[in-house]
Amino acid sequence: MRDQSLWTWHVIAGVVILVFLGLHMGVMHLDALLGLFNPEGGHPIDWGNVLARMKSGFFTVTYVVLLGAALFHGLYGLRNIVYELGPGAGLRSAVNAVLWIAGLALFAIGSWAAWAASRLATTL
Amino acid sequence: MLDVRGHPNRLGLWGWLGGGRWGTDRYLYTLHRLTGLGLLGYFVLHIIVTSSRAFGQQAWEQAMARVSGPLFLIGEYLVFIAFAFHAINGIRLVLIELGIGVGKPIEPVYPYRTSLDVQRPLAVGAVLLAAVLAVVGGLDFFVWH
Repeated sequence: MRDQSLWTWHVIAGVVILVFLGLHMGVMHLDALLGLFNPEGGHPIDWGNVLARMKSGFFTVTYVVLLGAALFHGLYGLRNIVYELGPGAGLRSAVNAVLWIAGLALFAIGSWAAWAASRLATTL
Repeated sequence: MLDVRGHPNRLGLWGWLGGGRWGTDRYLYTLHRLTGLGLLGYFVLHIIVTSSRAFGQQAWEQAMARVSGPLFLIGEYLVFIAFAFHAINGIRLVLIELGIGVGKPIEPVYPYRTSLDVQRPLAVGAVLLAAVLAVVGGLDFFVWH
């Protein structure tokens, strides 16, 4: 039952990622075609454009949503691959522990950066 | 002839390479996993590198300078192709999960028909759409900039 609900969350996270990563890829890599959210022109990773997104509450919040959804989706996918190779119970719980720690640490780094960047942008 | 009874994943990693009786969809499965692993690896580095924006313009521009150049540009385009495939194939997988596009159950009467043939148009369409997305992304990566 637990794995079934984790799988359902994996699929739901996939749909969430499709929306927000779709937007992210549109902003970053289809900029010449779409021209979304790059007020300074030039390249999407030029500081002026990055700063504009840092200032935006929408980007700050959706970056954290995307971060959480993508970490869960990716790490659960990795766990599926490892489990399918048939590891023993000890190795399975070790893998679970490592993935939990890595996932929480990366979520902490990423959401701290989104929060700190948003604070920095409002002072500049 | 490999005996897989009682050993559902006896083939292990080698099962990724051989489509066997599963056909084309097996290769899409393999690609979905490989691209997923690649995207996960990129994503971990991406979280760390882009967090430099929280330290201001200089830190951001230093971090971006460290990951620039033709090698990184090609690497990033590979990530974009992986994204295009994983996203579009993922839509296909969700549709199949919801029972859309898999066809109705049929009586097992000879000559047997495989449901994979019913799902094939969706698979072909997904690969074509991913290819179109990869080409448009390639234009943005290499031509329009």
